[in-house]
Amino acid sequence: MERDAIDRVLGPPDSLWSGAVERSAVDDHVAYGGFRSSQERRHLLLPALHAVQSDVGWVSHGALNYISERVPVSPAEAFGVATFYDLIATEERPARVAHICDDIACKAAGIDDVLADLTERLGESGTTIGSGMWRRSPCLGQCEKGSAAFVQVAGGDDVSVAPVSVDQVIEILSVDEPTSHVTPTSPVIGTSLLNIDTASLESFQNEGGYTALSRALALGPDRILDDITASGLRGRGGAAFPAGIKWNAVANETGTKYVICNADESEPGTFKDRVLMESNPFGLIEALTIAGYAVGASTGYIYIRGEYPIAHSRLSSALDSARQAGFLGADVAQGGFAFDIELRKGAGAYICGEETALFNSIEGFRGEPRQKPPFPTQAGLFGRPTLVNNVESLMNVPAIVLNGGEAFAAIGTEESKGPKLFCLSGNVGRPGVYEVPFGATTRDLIDLAGGIDGDLGAILIGGAAGAFITENDLDLPLTFEDTRAHNIGLGSGVVLVFNTDTNMDDIVARIAEFFAEESCGLCVPCRAGTVRQKETLIRLRTGGTDTATELNLLSDLDHVLREASICGLGQAASAAVQSAISIGLIGEPA
Amino acid sequence: MIESPVEMPASLIDITIDGRSVAVSEGATILEACATIDVEVPTLCYLETLTPFNSCRVCVVEVEGSRNLVPACSREITPGMEISTESARVQGIRKTVYELLASTVDMSLVDEPTKQAMARYNVDPDRWGTWARQHRDVKIEDDLYIRDYDKCIMCYRCVAACGPDAQNTFAIDVAGRGLSSTIATEFDIALPDSACVYCGNCVGVCPTGALMFTSEFRMREAGTWNETEQHVTTTICSFCGIGCNLELHVQDNRIVKVTSPLDHSVTSGHLCIKGRFGYSYVQSEDA
Repeated sequence: MERDAIDRVLGPPDSLWSGAVERSAVDDHVAYGGFRSSQERRHLLLPALHAVQSDVGWVSHGALNYISERVPVSPAEAFGVATFYDLIATEERPARVAHICDDIACKAAGIDDVLADLTERLGESGTTIGSGMWRRSPCLGQCEKGSAAFVQVAGGDDVSVAPVSVDQVIEILSVDEPTSHVTPTSPVIGTSLLNIDTASLESFQNEGGYTALSRALALGPDRILDDITASGLRGRGGAAFPAGIKWNAVANETGTKYVICNADESEPGTFKDRVLMESNPFGLIEALTIAGYAVGASTGYIYIRGEYPIAHSRLSSALDSARQAGFLGADVAQGGFAFDIELRKGAGAYICGEETALFNSIEGFRGEPRQKPPFPTQAGLFGRPTLVNNVESLMNVPAIVLNGGEAFAAIGTEESKGPKLFCLSGNVGRPGVYEVPFGATTRDLIDLAGGIDGDLGAILIGGAAGAFITENDLDLPLTFEDTRAHNIGLGSGVVLVFNTDTNMDDIVARIAEFFAEESCGLCVPCRAGTVRQKETLIRLRTGGTDTATELNLLSDLDHVLREASICGLGQAASAAVQSAISIGLIGEPA
Repeated sequence: MIESPVEMPASLIDITIDGRSVAVSEGATILEACATIDVEVPTLCYLETLTPFNSCRVCVVEVEGSRNLVPACSREITPGMEISTESARVQGIRKTVYELLASTVDMSLVDEPTKQAMARYNVDPDRWGTWARQHRDVKIEDDLYIRDYDKCIMCYRCVAACGPDAQNTFAIDVAGRGLSSTIATEFDIALPDSACVYCGNCVGVCPTGALMFTSEFRMREAGTWNETEQHVTTTICSFCGIGCNLELHVQDNRIVKVTSPLDHSVTSGHLCIKGRFGYSYVQSEDA
């Protein structure tokens, strides 16, 4: 069974050398192996691990050895990759594993009571009951629901259930064929996304789908690049990098290039990309195709987080439909341009949303970030110039192509152009994704989302890598320039509201724990610093030590993390903690 | 006749290091540039024979215009670069980095330059508590070398030496994630069951004594290891015709360890099982 799963990804072995059971005719004539062949298929390592995990529920020593033989890659390296990911198990696990979110947005919505009940009925996180177990999970990107489960099902499709109750968890772990059960997300204001039948290319085209690609092919790459530059579009994934600069940099390179959609949305409190992919999969494919055409790439990747089974299956079938209809392939829309997209699934590692870690993950290495420079536009995926954009960033592209860069730039403020999606969650009346022109304030957004449930305690802007603000900052426009002037980051558009009933010590501790668990471990500041930060916060909370000393340690950690970490994960790992201290949420002298 | 390839001389780039103007060859790293004027930058995971891994962050320096500190070991110089190697900002970060390491693992056997650097930056690991210190049993699986991962700083040198930078055996890699990650074979099987060919190149590059000749480990255990009484004899390995330089570390007239010089053109410090461990015949009574 394990072999079948692996052969599905890697094809049947054609020789004794590569794991066949019987000798074949070529065996006497052909030499196998070598460095080159090992590199050519290494990118299939994670898909092969996924296949075994999905069919069997864990990756045994035998399965790992067979994968190693087939890729080929050394077993130690394959083990290093497998153990990097939360969703790949190298110890036997039951056939059903329910990952239940206990992260900050769900905490604000009261998940701790649910988990206490769950613990009483099913035992602690990680306890096997029959053929199932539940585990605590970092944010599952279902924040507007207030509770969520992602269930790995051996021999079947993984499912999402949100919101989720204790009874539902117990049912999923025991029924024959569990199915996803997710309440539809509240409307994305200002778009017609909900009119599209996600399974129908025709429906997408009826709503104006693929007209942007036709126009793009008529305009030619240079005009598209000009429009992207003129639009002032900046990255929506957190770094806010001007898209025009990136696109032009890649377009100016020669040789093989890649475009990648970063759909590894894992920032706690962020769920807009999931909603976009679930409601408009064709739109993303169209946007990435335009990007590939503009910069001169013939291969695109969508790297989607492993905990998004619904978005994954919709994208997967949309890709098939687009391919069949000639919108992907050797001659895209009869425009004389070859382009195709591969869908790659993450396996439970926040770090893989960092673009260079994402490259390593696709290439079949541990998802560790690379030291920059060189930048992805020069040397990215497989060492080639690569354009990486977040889902939301790309989703703006069709409109820019159709209406021109200036029209897009007319929306928003001086430095923040266009519409922006915000993820409202926590203690608000109607949590969900809200689209507004840049310039809206936190207060505007909370009003849109039905106001605050209870009295305002604090608001987290930008996610775990963001910062807390209080009532005094409610009128701060959520633009790149205003948040920067205020020394906080807009991040991925998280507006997570906590009322005064929320235990903020718990929230800050959970953020620190998140970074300690998600640190890849490559560089010292982040590997040890995130754990020290967590410990120091625990001491600060339990008391008995000198508060000033502990705050001093946290400040030293803040410096070393920001100054010396390799990548954005470490550099942002102390931001929320420091902001919580600065506004007096934690660390007040007792 | 041997023809030596004629290389174009690299063009020189003007940069500033700690206020001094210097011209350094294009393509050099900050660390190499500093070495040309004898400015010492502490390193830990860096080794000149291996690809920089950027993991320890001890060598970070300040570069004018850069938001973060940059690792000297891997960053190439660019024209007009202004580098400060010992600013207060740099010193503060190095102190914390050393402390984070020393509060996590046992650094008692690091080399002298590292010990001096740790003293210079007033490193005080105790202020971090000892919660995250890990305790793992020393792995003694054979008579050749031991693995004591309580001393491992995860510098990745052994992985590089076992893999693409020297041996191409790939018997070990990093497994797991974050602070609990470790160097391991697949499923942590014992070395004799793994792909390990016992070249000992991982031992040769280990900076903390986490990997050690079993002979040295036993002598340290017995309290008889004494480097001041050891002398080093340089010789050439007699097992084959390649001509690897060996450094025989001898104590009480017995070979206790074998290394090879990093700057040796044949070995770059790397050996095979015979050169590294095949010395017992020298001290056989029957010889």
